[in-house]
Formats: sequence, C-alpha cells, structure tokens
Amino acid sequence: MIVSIASGKGGTGKTTVAVNMALSIGDAQLLDCDIEEPNAHLLLNPTISRAEPVHVSIPVVNEELCDRCRKCSEFCQYSAIFVGSEKVLVFPELCHSCGGCTLICPREAITEEERRIGSLKIGSAGDLELVYGELEIGEPMAVPVIKEVKRHIKNGENVILDSPPGTSCPVIETVDGSDFCILVTEPTPFGLHDLKITVQVLEEMKIPFGVVVNRADVGNRKVHRYCQERNIPVLLEIPFKRKIAELYSRGIPFSLEMPEWKEKFLTLFNEVRKLVSK
Amino acid sequence: MKQLTILSGKGGTGKTTITASFAVLAKTAVLADCDVDAPDLHMLLHPKIIETQEFKGSKLAIIDESKCVECGLCREKCRFDAITEDFKINPFACEGCGVCVIVCPVNAITLSERVSGHAYISKTEHGFMAHAMLSPGEANSGKLVTLVRQKAKMLAEREHNDLVVIDGSPGIGCPVIASVTGVDAGLVVAEPTMSGIHDLERALQLLAHFGVLPFVCVNMYDISRDNTEKIVSFCRENGIEFVGIIPFNPLVTEAMVNGKPIVEYAPESDVAKEAKKVWEKILSALRSGSD
Repeated sequence: MIVSIASGKGGTGKTTVAVNMALSIGDAQLLDCDIEEPNAHLLLNPTISRAEPVHVSIPVVNEELCDRCRKCSEFCQYSAIFVGSEKVLVFPELCHSCGGCTLICPREAITEEERRIGSLKIGSAGDLELVYGELEIGEPMAVPVIKEVKRHIKNGENVILDSPPGTSCPVIETVDGSDFCILVTEPTPFGLHDLKITVQVLEEMKIPFGVVVNRADVGNRKVHRYCQERNIPVLLEIPFKRKIAELYSRGIPFSLEMPEWKEKFLTLFNEVRKLVSK
Repeated sequence: MKQLTILSGKGGTGKTTITASFAVLAKTAVLADCDVDAPDLHMLLHPKIIETQEFKGSKLAIIDESKCVECGLCREKCRFDAITEDFKINPFACEGCGVCVIVCPVNAITLSERVSGHAYISKTEHGFMAHAMLSPGEANSGKLVTLVRQKAKMLAEREHNDLVVIDGSPGIGCPVIASVTGVDAGLVVAEPTMSGIHDLERALQLLAHFGVLPFVCVNMYDISRDNTEKIVSFCRENGIEFVGIIPFNPLVTEAMVNGKPIVEYAPESDVAKEAKKVWEKILSALRSGSD
C-alpha cells in the first residue's frame, strides 16, 4: 500500500505524521519527496548506504552541423534554446528535457548530455528504509528528482511518501499513484483554505483521502465542520503540546518519547488500510 | 524602488504573518503574494479585486480520436508518460512540450493553451496588492509568480511607491527562484528546530546564489532557545544580518482567525513589538543602500 502525506499549507506537520507513522508500523519504506527541503532524515538519523546523482538531459548543439534554421527554437515551448546569428544558446534551467529539439532538427545537429540537478540518498533507520532526494541550490525543477525518489518504491511494501507543501506540480508528482493520501492540516483559516485547494486536486486525481488535524485545539472549529459537511474522515487529532513542539525542535519523533502515540499512529495506519480495502 | 522578499525554506514558519505585519507598518508599500498555489495573505489583508487576468502558463496536447490510428509513436516518444494505454492525454502529466505533435504521422495531435490560473490587481487598506491563484494541480507556478511580480512593479511605478514587499512560498525550487531573482533583499523567517535550521541554510544558499542581500529572523524563538542561539551564531559567523527574535504567542493564531495582521490586532503584544523592530531594521538597511 502506498500512502502519501500532503497538506497544501506548509509547516502543518506532514513530516511529523510521516515519520511517526512509519516508526509505529515498522518494516516500511519512507520516501521523502520534499526534495527542496527534505527533513525526514533529520528526525530519523539514518545510516546512508548509497548516494547517487540525479541527472536530466539537455541539448548540445553541434555548431558545425547547424544551419541556423531555427526549427528547434520555434519548437521549444520553454524558450530553452535560442538560435542567434553567431551561436546557438541553450538555457539549461528552462529545459524540460522533452527531447523535441533533437527530433525536430533536420540536420541531426542536436544531441543530449546529462546535467546534474540533484542527488538521491538511500539509507535505513532500524527496520525502516529511507529514500530522499535533494535538489541542488538554484535548480528550479523539482519533478525529475521526485520521479527518481519514487523509482525506489518497492511493490507490495508499506510505502509512505512525504510530500512537499503546496498544490502544484511537485505535489501532483508525489501523490500520483498513491492508494490513499493523508492531508495534514491545522484548524486555522490558512489551514482550511489550503486544505480545500488540496482536496480539489485529490478529487480530480481520484485519490481517496482523509485528514489529520494537527495542533487540533488551536484556532477554530471550521476545519472540523468542513470535514463533517464533506464527509471527509478525520483520522487523527494531535493536540498542541509544548512537549511535542520541543521534541520536534530537537529532531526527535515524539512517539518515541510519548509511547501512547505509537499506538495512535498504528491505529491511523490501520484505519487507512481499512479505507483502502473498502 | 526596493523589493523585499519574505521566504523561509521550510513551510509554516510565519512568512505570511510577517508579510501582513510589514504591510501595515510600511503604510504605502505595494504587496505581492507570490505563494500562488497556496496563497494566504488575502485572508489577512482582504484585497478588493480591481483587475483580473487569465494566466495561460502552459499548453496541453489534445488527440483527435477520429484521426488517431493508435500507432503508439506518441506514447513511445513522450518522456512524461502523459499518454495512456488507450491514447488519452493525462493532463496532470502532460507538460505541453509538443513532441507528440511532431511525431504523430497522421497529424492527430495539437497543442491547446490552457488557463492555469488567474492574476489579480487589488486594493487593500494598506496599499495595492498583486496576487494570483494557480488552478489546483497546475504547473508553471514560477511563470505566474513572475507575472505577479511584474504587476507589483507596475503598480509601484504607477503609484510612485518605492517599496514592494513580496510573500514567497516554501521550498527553494521554481516559484521561490522566481520570487527572489532581482530583488534587493530577502528576509528568511526561520523556525528554531532542526528542520528549520537545515531549511534556513538552504534558503540562504539560494539567496547567495542569486546575489540577494539576506536577513534572518527567528519566529517562535522560545520553542527552543538553544536552536535560536545556533541560528544567531550561524548568522554571525557567516556575516549575515540577524534582525530579531519573535516569541511564540497564541495571539498570532487568534489574529489570523479574526482576519487581521497581528500588529493591528494586538499592537501592544510582544509579537507586534518585535515584528516592528525587525521591520525597522530591514527598512533602515534598505534605505541606506543606494538605488
């Protein structure tokens, strides 16, 4: 079963839920797909067994073969290639690696080379396998790194995907193919607003979902009311506790120090399993 | 004109709370909400929309079923796995590159523009605001951020304002890059946690990469004084101006529930007072730099 953890709003506790749930069920795979700001490893202190670069393909133009016909620059939807009178310029950060320019060039003047945009780390913490990616500073495109992380999903295992915040392409890439998505929110106007946007995305993608309310006793009751009205299951509520915040600040998953929560995260997972098998 | 971006790396550290406070304190700045896929600033500043513009950020392939001979070339050449086994386009995966269009032997595929969101110009009690809403699940948030920033700049020029305050999104990828390129300064709002420190460092590296003057403040510093101290000394060692610590206070959530910036909702609170100090430090640093 593949369960993704998403949120819309940042800082609602996605990684906290992902890590504590993974620790509670044990023998699982945790994939941190927030490759812009990966944090799960800070809570798990994994032993890293392998690190690999993540590459994308970008065009290289053979100036001797090129006759400046401009078909490539007219084709490129991302303005990543510019044919000047003297030279052809490639803007690697804009390139989506679709390969179209190599196909359209009538003189076969364009080939591709690999460009590093991030890295992948594979390790373990106890009986958990942790895979996470890291986008290089200044690189805009998160999706290819997320794809690389997700290539390590082992079929048939319990897989937990920690998503980045927001509702745009990196989130879509992460949650795509999940059996279930847990949305972590907080009961505030920001939390509710961003939850509603994420719900729209998941409904369009036809991924079943439920909600975990973090810091459940702050703010107001509108998140709860919204979930009730829309028949969205509230799977778990985590209260605001200074102890939880302080443990997080020190990089300690709180269910390790507050064992009653191990049980609750296990129940959460079993609840999800029940909903998926329905 | 000066442009200041509020960013954080990690989500939920208090960017929008601080941006809204700056909006009140600045009195006449132009505001830009560049968190286009989960914008929240409008819930504190209540903009009245004056102008709406459709955002066509990307294209989508469309297969004409009456022409398609199901040869499979498009599926083979598409690097985004956007064409399903039964020759339908998966709109979530399609990046609108057009490779399928050129490989199709029977010209069954075209690219169509899709509306991926809207950009707005609005008026708030505290000045003009440019903002946007990316349609849920759409790509190209970076382009929409660029559009919002162009609008903000245009407003500032038109209204003779010399300051644009930009609320960024979490992360360090395309929308954040679009929010920080070419600005005069970036304020990183950090959280005193292990994750917060890690993400702060990456956000600072991003600012350095794009040559943006960095400032750092710690929000909810009393969650961990040790980590706050680590952040302060990290900034000192790296020559980064540290502009203040803001305490944790439930009044911040209360102000949010009431739809008000904290400096307006509870001007005498410790949070409001510290936010004001942070603002004044940044403002004087911005003013002392030449245009």
